[in-house]
Amino acid sequence: MARFIARRLVGMVAVLFAVSLIVFVVFTVLPNTNPAQLLAGKNATPTLVKSIEDEWGFNDSLPEQYLTMMKKIFTGELTSYKPRIPVDEQIVDGIPATFSLTIGAAVIWLFFGLLLGYISALRAGSWIDRLLTGFSIAGISIPVFLIAPVFLYLFTYKFEIFPNAQYVPLSDDPGEWFMHLFLPWITLAILSIGFYNRVLRSNMLDVMNEDYVRTARAKGLSERQVMTRHVLRNSLIPIVTLFGLDFGATIAGTAIITETFYSIEGVGLYAAEAVQKFELPPIMGVAMYGAFFVVIVNAIVDIAYAYLDPRVRLGEAAS
Amino acid sequence: MSGPLLSVRDLRVGFGTEAGLVQAVDGVSFDLRPGEVLAIVGESGSGKSVTAQTLIGLTRSKNARIEGSVKLGGEELIEASDAAMRQLRGERIAMIFQDPMTSFNPVYRLGNQIVEAIRAHRRDVGKQQARARVVELFEAVGIPNPERRVDDYPHEFSGGMRQRAMIAMALALEPEVLIADEPTTALDVTIQAQILALLEELNRKRNLATILITHDLGVVAEAADRVLVMYAGKVVEEGTLDEIFYDPQHPYTWGLLGSLTRLDKPRPVRLPQISGSPPSLLALPDGCAFRPRCPHEFAKCRELPELTERLTDAPRHCDRCWLGPEEKRAKRQVEGQIGLEAPA
Amino acid sequence: MATEALLEVTDLVKHFPVKRGILIDREVDQVRAVDGISLSIPRGQTLGLVGESGSGKSTACRTVLQLIKPTSGSVKFDGQEIAGLSRRQMRPLRREMQMIFQDPYASLNPRKRIGQIVGDPLRRQGVAKGSELRRRVSELLDRVGLQAEHYNRFPHEFSGGQRQRIGIARALALQPKLVIADEPVSALDVSIQAQIINLLDDLQDELGLTYLFVAHDIGVVRHISDRIAVMHDGKIVEEGSADQVCERPVDPYTKKLLAAVPIPDPRESRERRAGAAAGG
Repeated sequence: MARFIARRLVGMVAVLFAVSLIVFVVFTVLPNTNPAQLLAGKNATPTLVKSIEDEWGFNDSLPEQYLTMMKKIFTGELTSYKPRIPVDEQIVDGIPATFSLTIGAAVIWLFFGLLLGYISALRAGSWIDRLLTGFSIAGISIPVFLIAPVFLYLFTYKFEIFPNAQYVPLSDDPGEWFMHLFLPWITLAILSIGFYNRVLRSNMLDVMNEDYVRTARAKGLSERQVMTRHVLRNSLIPIVTLFGLDFGATIAGTAIITETFYSIEGVGLYAAEAVQKFELPPIMGVAMYGAFFVVIVNAIVDIAYAYLDPRVRLGEAAS
Repeated sequence: MSGPLLSVRDLRVGFGTEAGLVQAVDGVSFDLRPGEVLAIVGESGSGKSVTAQTLIGLTRSKNARIEGSVKLGGEELIEASDAAMRQLRGERIAMIFQDPMTSFNPVYRLGNQIVEAIRAHRRDVGKQQARARVVELFEAVGIPNPERRVDDYPHEFSGGMRQRAMIAMALALEPEVLIADEPTTALDVTIQAQILALLEELNRKRNLATILITHDLGVVAEAADRVLVMYAGKVVEEGTLDEIFYDPQHPYTWGLLGSLTRLDKPRPVRLPQISGSPPSLLALPDGCAFRPRCPHEFAKCRELPELTERLTDAPRHCDRCWLGPEEKRAKRQVEGQIGLEAPA
Repeated sequence: MATEALLEVTDLVKHFPVKRGILIDREVDQVRAVDGISLSIPRGQTLGLVGESGSGKSTACRTVLQLIKPTSGSVKFDGQEIAGLSRRQMRPLRREMQMIFQDPYASLNPRKRIGQIVGDPLRRQGVAKGSELRRRVSELLDRVGLQAEHYNRFPHEFSGGQRQRIGIARALALQPKLVIADEPVSALDVSIQAQIINLLDDLQDELGLTYLFVAHDIGVVRHISDRIAVMHDGKIVEEGSADQVCERPVDPYTKKLLAAVPIPDPRESRERRAGAAAGG
């Protein structure tokens, strides 16, 4: 276990370093990034631009700028260009919204995805299976930026069931919190429900052909016991890994589009705005936050995997 | 009970496939007496495994057609409900399979998997009680350190130990019949010898009737009382162990005996072989299915021979070959021993 | 000359390191898969290598062929030292040594037609192409007992025994001197095993092949081998002529192995067991 944790910590440092480097390089290499110019605004005089450059260090060499930025991140001094708000505060403020959105959607997509997958596998080949497959593929194929506007139009405008977006903190009003998040949850979950349905179905069909399932039947277990204790239990193991990756990625920022459409003030929205305004500090901050969570969640997934499958030993490659 | 323990009559199992109906088992009948070891011998496509699995209802499915009669202690099993079959599995008829490496669920402790089997049938037995029983069973099958091993996972056991654990699980509810489907095929020869010795001891001590499915005549010679030889879904010869080995009546049996390697005899120049390959069940020849591979085929073979006793002094020794007993005795002698054809 | 060894292996060792450590892996132990074996096969003869699972016989095959790099030891092929040669240096030698594998269902690419499978070695080594290639492949298929019209079929259309014949045809395509057969008949039905063994025998006579025949079935190994080596725990514990090893074994492990082989003769089997019960 010590070996595992040590290696993961080293890995995390390496990942964070690589991500920061890549983001920095991509951003500074892009054309049209003269942040001093942007900061100065429309009626900028050259002196104003120059003073901004000096203040922010935009004329320093790239490696120097990189190091300055990294230092600022660790001391909590990193701020966005305009307005000058500390990046870390903004991210922390956005976390409740993003977490509410992601965790809620995750619960929905796991529950329905696995339920439908279980039914599909049990009734493989029947019309139910085919119907569910159709829905799954539709769900996977329709992009978020199509679903969101359609939902918004139908359910908030035409039939005023749900409020028109924005996030209401749980502590303020649980009822409203729920109503405001309902459509975003469904939007975010639709894709994954389809995906998990297919994956569980496929895993279960594979496991059902395994010798140990035949043994379970041969010793006289009921069909339900065979299905839950042997088939389902083993089929879920790869899903744990999948979920870890998914969840980590969503928290890190794939919720960006959903947050934008529904005006949910989470980390994703913050990042979207920063991209529009072309501001490197917030983007770097969000990238670091995202990378951090992905590494943590993956480590948790690996530990869970080792717990679920006794053949796996932490920190060792499959032999 | 004086009659047979298990009585199978005209068992037929067909599977509907895209290419047509595959008759995997085509009219198999046999009896199994208490304490008897019956070996079913055959190669791929013979139907031996399907026969065994059908006895405990494992082949029941939408596209399977199962006909005939299987009686256990007088009770008909073919028409029995799924619930009744489930109860019977493990409790009255237990089955062990070929590959011990994949026959246990890798994520549960091995002891727990046997406890699960016990408690599925005896709900009143508590976990501790069941666990103690498993320790007893492990001792009975020769697994050292049973107290500790009960909590190990399957991958922590070697192949031979896993097979012993499978046997322990099969014995847990003290069944009347044990079906062993190629129990030693995947094991090393020294381990095979141990497992066969264990099975023989269990058969002797507990009077456990056993159906042994195998393709290895060496194993048959060591373990069986009676032998059924299957080819393309049918029984082509049936008799006692000595009858099959010393007075075989069907050319396929001669071929199987002939292609054995004997360590205690000098090497032949060429291994006697059976030419051709087992037929596809979708395109069986008319009459005797072995015809295309049989050097002794003659006109009458186009007519399907019935499985009957053709020897006056050997009741219950049946075969499906039209040749007369004298012809058979002559034709099966190839270069001084029993075989199918002269090496080319 | 005629009895000069085609393959001469001396003290061949292959150890796999077992690594442990928190951040940096350190080698703490070794798995001694092949622990110093020596053998030699004269031209045109067959050496049978017998052992159970974990004996190291499969690793030994791959190490001899330099598919795995040996830890130490010498492998001389046709007088030339090949142990430790680089992949590029081995390339021309690969034509002379080929392997037949155990699983006829896994060793043929299911997406290729068998004419292609058998012809690939010829094409890769630049030996033949076009109609000349076709001709040679048809000849090979014929020699292993398949028909010319099978050229365009796919592996799944054939039985296990036939697929093994295809594997043999592929191995013979480049006219090798040495053929290593790793459990070539274990996955086949008993009646088909005899066919393949006889085929391998015939091909050896026709083409002057030298075989290293690896299997766990002593009966089969004894039939086809001139000499037998018994492997256990990475070492060769006994070696001698086939008859000698099977009839007058010296090593205790060999004796144990031979005693465990079931006798396919009920009377003798009963006698042996009665003898064992009385004596043991």
